[in-house]
Amino acid sequence: MDFDFSEEQKQLQQGARRFLEDRCPPSAVRAVLENPELSFDRGLWAGLAQLGWLGTVIPEVHGGLGLGYVELCAIAEELGRAVAPVPFASTLYFFAEALLLAGSPAQQAEWLPKIARGELIGCFATAEGPGRPSSSPTTVVEAGRITGTKIPVTDGGIAHVAMVLAAAAGAPGLYLVQLGQTAVQRVPLSSLDGSRGIASLSFDGARAEPLGRPGAGLHLVDRVLQRAAVLLAFEQIGGADRCLQMARDYALQRYVFGRPIGSFQAVKHRLADMYVRNELARSNAYCAAWALDTNAGELPIAAASARLAASDAFGFAAKENIHIHGGIGFTWEADPHLFFRRARQLSLVAGAPAVWGEQLAAALSSRPASSVVECGT
Amino acid sequence: MNFNDSPQESIYRATVREWLANNAPRYTVSRRAPEVERLGIARAWQACKAAAGYARVSWPRDWGGTGGTTIQQMIFTEEEARYGVPTGFFGIGLGMCIPTLMRFAGIATQQRFAGPALRGEQIWCQLFSEPGAGSDLAASRTRAVWQDDSWLVNGQKVWTTGAHYSDYGLLLARTDASVPKHTGLTMFWIDMKTPGVEVRPIHQMSGGSDFNEVYLTDARVPDSQRLGDVGAGWKVALVTLMNERVEGGKDRGPATEQILALARSIPRGTASVLEDPAFRQKLAMWYVQAEGLRFTRLRTLTALSRGQIPGPESSIGKLVAANRLQDLTNELIECHDQFGLIDDAAHAAMGGSLHHDYLYAPGLRIAGGTDEILKNIIAERVLGLPGDIREDKGIAFKDLPTGR
Repeated sequence: MDFDFSEEQKQLQQGARRFLEDRCPPSAVRAVLENPELSFDRGLWAGLAQLGWLGTVIPEVHGGLGLGYVELCAIAEELGRAVAPVPFASTLYFFAEALLLAGSPAQQAEWLPKIARGELIGCFATAEGPGRPSSSPTTVVEAGRITGTKIPVTDGGIAHVAMVLAAAAGAPGLYLVQLGQTAVQRVPLSSLDGSRGIASLSFDGARAEPLGRPGAGLHLVDRVLQRAAVLLAFEQIGGADRCLQMARDYALQRYVFGRPIGSFQAVKHRLADMYVRNELARSNAYCAAWALDTNAGELPIAAASARLAASDAFGFAAKENIHIHGGIGFTWEADPHLFFRRARQLSLVAGAPAVWGEQLAAALSSRPASSVVECGT
Repeated sequence: MNFNDSPQESIYRATVREWLANNAPRYTVSRRAPEVERLGIARAWQACKAAAGYARVSWPRDWGGTGGTTIQQMIFTEEEARYGVPTGFFGIGLGMCIPTLMRFAGIATQQRFAGPALRGEQIWCQLFSEPGAGSDLAASRTRAVWQDDSWLVNGQKVWTTGAHYSDYGLLLARTDASVPKHTGLTMFWIDMKTPGVEVRPIHQMSGGSDFNEVYLTDARVPDSQRLGDVGAGWKVALVTLMNERVEGGKDRGPATEQILALARSIPRGTASVLEDPAFRQKLAMWYVQAEGLRFTRLRTLTALSRGQIPGPESSIGKLVAANRLQDLTNELIECHDQFGLIDDAAHAAMGGSLHHDYLYAPGLRIAGGTDEILKNIIAERVLGLPGDIREDKGIAFKDLPTGR
C-alpha cells in the first residue's frame, strides 16, 4: 500500500508547476477573461502539446506518452492551481476518455493522434436546458443525421468535433459530430467563468457517427463522467490550495489595529477550515486516482466522493479567499474572482454536487453489507 | 499510489486474519458491558496479542514488538477492528506514555515498564490538565517542591482518563513559579498507589465516568522518576501530545452500514428515511468525511513508512471526527421524530449506543484539544500564521492574574 505520488510523479508535478508559473500567470487568465474574442490561450495550448501533456494517457501507438492516470492527475492539479484557460478538460477528460472507452479502432486512430499533437479540440455536449441531462434527449439522430440544440457546451465555440448525447429510435447514445459542417450553427454565450468559453450548438441534419454500441449511451456517459470527475477533482484541489495560499499570504501582509489580520483567531480559524476541507478532498482524490488508474471496482464510489469533497473544498476556499482579502478582494483587478468563477465552472461542468451526492448515496445503499462488526472501545 | 496490498502485505494480512479468526472471538465484549468486565477481557486480549507478537507490531523486538512496518501495524489494526474486542484501555499508555519514557527515561525504567504495559498488566494515565490549565496547559499549578531528598507534590489534576484503573501516570508539575510559565515545569512518572494520591471519578453528562479528578497531597516522588531536566517539562509534554495527535483522529460512531440499516428501518412518508433526498445528501457527506479521515491517516502512515516525518495533515483528525459525530448523531436521532426521545436500550436505535454517542460528542470536541485549540495549531504550525497575543509572556508564573 502506498498513499502518495511517487518521486517521479512528484517531479513531473513540480515541473508542471514551474512551467505554468512561467506561462500561465494570472495575467494570462485575465487576458482570456477580459477579451470576448479570445476563448482560450492558444500559446499555452501549443506549449502543452509540445510538452506531450495532451497525450499523457493516449497510447503510444496513437502518438501519446502512454502514461498512467495518476500522472494525468498530477498535471491536472497544476492546471487547476494556474486556473489555466485552455480546453484541456473538454478535450482530454471528456472527449478523449469517451473515445478510449468506446471508440472503434478506426475512430481512435482517426482522432487520438490529432489530440496528442494539439491539432484537435474536442467537447462534450449533453445539456439541453436547466436540470440534469435527460435520458430522453430532444436531440435526435435519424439515418446518420443529427437534429437539435445543445446548450451550454463548454468549449463548444472552439472545438473541432463534439461528442453529443442524442436519441436514435428512442435510445440515447453518444455521437461524434464534426463542427465545421454547414448544418452546425454555434453561438458563443457569456459564461460565469469567462476564462472557459461556452456556446450553444444547433444541429440541422448534420452528419453524425455513433460511438459504441447503440443504446449504451447513458451508461457510457456515466462512465465518462466518473473518469472526468476524478481528473476535475485534482484541478479543484489545485485551485483550492492556491486560494488558501493567497489568503494566507494576504493575512500575513495586511495589518489592522497594529497587527497582521492573520493573528486574529476569526481569520486564523477560517484559514484552518479551508485547510481541513482541502485535506479531506486530497485524501478522497488520491483514492479516486488509484481507482481510475487501475479500473478498480471502487471507482464509482471513489469518483463521487472525490468530486463531492473537491467541489466543497474549492467552493469554500474561493469564497473565503475573497472575504479574507476584504474590499480589495471584491475588485475586478484583484485575482480572487478568477478562482471564484473557476470553482463554480468546475463544480457544474460534470454535473452539480447534489447529483453526485445522490449517486454516492445510491451506490452506498446498494453495496453488499460488509463484514464489519461493532468496534472496540 | 496503490490502495491495494502489495504481495508481502497480502500475505501478512492473511496471516493476521487467520490468527485473529482463531483467537479474537474469545475476547469480544459489548460496548455497553460494565467497565470492570470490559477491562478484564481487554487485559486478557492484550496478553494474548503480546504472546503472539501482535500487541505493538511496529515496536522493536527488544520491547516486545515484532519490528514490523507501520503498514503492517495498520493492517493489524484494521483487521482487529472487525471484531468487537476492547482495545481502548491501553491507548494512552502504549501510544503516549511509554513512547515518552522511551525518549526521556533511563534504560532500566524503559525495560521495567514497556513489557507489562504491552501485556496489559499495567495501565498508564496522563496527569496533565488542571482546573486552571486546560487549553492553557502550561499554566499547571500543581507544585513539586524539593524537600528532604525527594519531590513533594501538591495540587489537583482533572479530566484524567482512566486514572481510576491506572497503575502509573505521567505527571506535569510546577517546580519554579518565579520564572515564566513554560520554563518552570518538570515532568515525572508516578505510581498511582503513592500515598497522597487520591482519585475521584467524574460523573459525565453522558452518564459514564471515564475521567477523574486526581488530588495530590504531600505525595513523595523520588528524583529518579523525573523525565527530562528540571524546568524542561513543557518540552517533554509536547512529545507526549504529539503522539496523541497521531493516535487520535480515528473515526467514531456508527459505521456506514449501520447508518444505512437504521435509515432503512425508519419510515418517512410512504417510504423510509433512506429514500429522503435531503438525508441522502447528508449520508454522502458523512461518508466522504469518514473516508477522507481514513485516507488522511493512511497518508500519514505512508510518510512514516518512507522514513519521512508525517505531514501536518494528521492534525485534522479529531477536529473533523468530533464534529462529524455530533452532526451525525443529531440527525439520526431527529429522524426518529418523537421516538428519538427514547434512550432505553430495549427500544432505542442501536441498543442505545446512538444516544450515548449523541451525549458523548460534546465532550469529544473538548477533550484532547478543543476545536479552537486545534484550529490554532493548524493555523500556526501548518500555515505559519502568528501565535495569539499573550498577556502572560515573560511574566513570572506567580505574578500572573488568575481571575479567581
